[in-house]
Amino acid sequence: MTRKGLRFRLDGGRTIWPVLGLIALLVLNLIFSERFFHLEILDGRLYGTLVDVLNQGSKVMLLAVGMTLVIATGGVDLSVGSVMAISGAVGAVLVARREIPFPALVAGALSAAVLMGLANGVLVALAGVQPIVATLIFMVLGRGVAMLITGGQIITFEDRAFVFLANGHFLGLPLTAAIVALVFAGTALLTRRTAVGLFIEATGDNETASRLCGVNTRMVKVLVYGFSGFCAGVAGLIAASNIKAADSSRVGEMMELDAIFAVVVGGTALTGGRFTLVGSIVGALLIQVLTTTMYNLGVPPAIAPVPKAALIIVVCLLQSEQFRRHFVRRRQTARPTVPETG
Amino acid sequence: MGRDMSEPLLRMRGVSKTFPGVRALSSVDLTVRAGEIHALMGENGAGKSTLVKVLTGVYPKDDGKIYFAGETIAPASPREAESAGISTVYQEINLIPRLSVAENILLGRQPARFGFLNWKAIHRKAERALERIGLRIDVRREAAAYSVAIQQMAAIARALDVEAKLLILDEPTSSLDEREVEDLFDVMRRLRDRGLAILFITHFLDQVYEIASRVTVLRNGERVGECETANLPRLELVAKMLGKDRAELESGGELRTAGTKRAAPGVPADSEPTREAFFQVRGLGRRGGVEPFDLDMREGEIVGLAGLLGSGRTEMARLLFGVDAADTGQCLLDGKRFAPSSPRKAIDRGLAFCSEDRKTEGLVPDLSVRENLILALQASRGPLRLLPRKEQMEIAGRYIRALDIRTPSLETPIGNLSGGNQQKALLARWLAIQPRLMILDEPTRGIDVGAKAEIEKLVQSLRERGMSILFISSELEEVVRNCRRIAVLRDRKKIGELTGPDIDERKVMRMIAETNEGRDSRGGVPAVPNDPPREE
Repeated sequence: MTRKGLRFRLDGGRTIWPVLGLIALLVLNLIFSERFFHLEILDGRLYGTLVDVLNQGSKVMLLAVGMTLVIATGGVDLSVGSVMAISGAVGAVLVARREIPFPALVAGALSAAVLMGLANGVLVALAGVQPIVATLIFMVLGRGVAMLITGGQIITFEDRAFVFLANGHFLGLPLTAAIVALVFAGTALLTRRTAVGLFIEATGDNETASRLCGVNTRMVKVLVYGFSGFCAGVAGLIAASNIKAADSSRVGEMMELDAIFAVVVGGTALTGGRFTLVGSIVGALLIQVLTTTMYNLGVPPAIAPVPKAALIIVVCLLQSEQFRRHFVRRRQTARPTVPETG
Repeated sequence: MGRDMSEPLLRMRGVSKTFPGVRALSSVDLTVRAGEIHALMGENGAGKSTLVKVLTGVYPKDDGKIYFAGETIAPASPREAESAGISTVYQEINLIPRLSVAENILLGRQPARFGFLNWKAIHRKAERALERIGLRIDVRREAAAYSVAIQQMAAIARALDVEAKLLILDEPTSSLDEREVEDLFDVMRRLRDRGLAILFITHFLDQVYEIASRVTVLRNGERVGECETANLPRLELVAKMLGKDRAELESGGELRTAGTKRAAPGVPADSEPTREAFFQVRGLGRRGGVEPFDLDMREGEIVGLAGLLGSGRTEMARLLFGVDAADTGQCLLDGKRFAPSSPRKAIDRGLAFCSEDRKTEGLVPDLSVRENLILALQASRGPLRLLPRKEQMEIAGRYIRALDIRTPSLETPIGNLSGGNQQKALLARWLAIQPRLMILDEPTRGIDVGAKAEIEKLVQSLRERGMSILFISSELEEVVRNCRRIAVLRDRKKIGELTGPDIDERKVMRMIAETNEGRDSRGGVPAVPNDPPREE
């Protein structure tokens, strides 16, 4: 009974591997760097490496939430990095006009991001363009649009509310962590407390059958890309707030790949179907802890991608049923298998 | 020719092939002579494609011998078969659409000089290959620019370019219109007259009688007959394909009694033509799908669709459910116009469609039995009004009990169940939306006998509760056993209806076997006495 309960919470066992990977990394840090787990409270705010991980990882976590839904429908969204740039650019341009209140600024930036996402969705679902091609178009186009918005310049700002977004605290923790928690909880509610999650998984698992069941598979697809755009928009505002500037050419670069890694490592298959938001968050944290660890251990940034790639390969291999059957025999008996009937 | 008669080009003897759990071919013989067009017929799962794949080296055979052009061969790959002189053109034309016709014809054998392609030679050779089958087109244009028929010809030209002695055409006519079929037949006749042997796989009766001199019929992996088409009455051919033997056919009485063994005792003795049809189809049709047809459906009635494979049964169902868009015609539901433009709309109007293709159109394999069961119901409620978990479990549990679906739990992925249980679960998915009209396309295909009987029983009980059911099956006895009214289809056309208690398999088969009006066929209407006196 307890094992069943645990298995359920961990989304059928797939999430267990990134969780184990995360624990292993933390243990490694516990051994090699005592500073890693050091926390202190200053002015009622928590500081320390772990807090930094949450703060730094917030962007990839946000992207991963949106990316999870896209990947669950069998697609992929390569445009999120560029959408981040657009959202940041719109935010920075709007903040320069003092008369615009902060909520309107956020709304403006996020609308631009959602619009980009929906455009992806329309290309994929209605025009039948391959997701990788459609979003690649917007990946290239989006950065150009962001450059247009900022006029090719890096626009800096000092607006207190905007800067607070990535640098402020809430209940002693970075505000970014609270934003991630909010978006995550909202998404979890939206997908699991309505039938949206079921429709997404059904569409990704067998689109034809779902359509014949009356599921509006096209609408599902348009919406997940729109939502991915929304998540990228939030991440883009945080990224701009972080450096108090909109840097259209650099912000969010390669971050779409981190987000895809996080989702896949987290246990959602690129072929679509079943998804796990918790897994994706764990995957994003895993990537961030690894980055931070390497930074702490003094690994030069130039070779940092190598251990990152190695870790991702290990987790993916562990998730592969085939690989485990060959190399980890003992696990086999631990996994309850469903008997074939008839 | 006389020499060829004594020594056939191809002799397959006692060829067997078993796949895990299925005996696909058991000791099948096939003889094809040079200079003849030989038809290979059979319903789904008869073993036609397995036989062809063994012959062309796609599958190794388990047993048997293949003699080809005087030698024993055992091709291990399609390439080996090709170099022995056996070429195949598959149903899905395997040309590469964006390459030119010439490139397609010579793909893999392009003439080259010093490692560079010799385009002049390529075009010249391609033109010559096409001329051989009497086709003159611009070979520089890409294949996709031409009609399906022309592409088919190009594929044949490609197949012939390798010194073929035997040409296998796997359902080449299924996407061609009548004129294109005639053009193809001209080419086939010309090739035949030049001494080529052609193995022609099709399920169109008329075409067999038009072009083939002999026919081999397979059923359930066995050869049930090899005949000269001139001496084979149509009815007998239909009967062979459906697994009835001739003796059974001619003694109409026996068959009649077999036909009256209904699955459920509840079938009323009198039919119910007085009731108003709530669903009326008028002239619904789709080019390349099924010709315009009329159909009336009443509550508490099972209407059967009978016809051979490819006769348009599934196409008809797909039009009704809005999976494919109709070009012409309309439906009336309770007297109101209704254009079935999407499954969604059809479901909203109380239709349900259980597809014949469980895997690609039915199952959502990774999702649980519960989720699969409530998917259509949830879709009709929309995304926001989620069925409470408790209610989901209750509905799923109810149908699992009612239909006796064997599953370890509600949360088991449906892909892990056996075929029969999957089928029952899919039926339950549609029952859960409580449809007025249920379209069942091959509901008993690929499941064991026990599950079949259960499903038939279920269908009858649904009818008793007032549901209207359109029942499609390639098992004729099943249609006859379950339906009081049968719409008969042939060659993508509804050719008529049979009504009342005196429906029997023979009548249906005769209807299928009748020739098209006006067209004289070698087969003719079979030598079965017209309407023998009934003992009742």
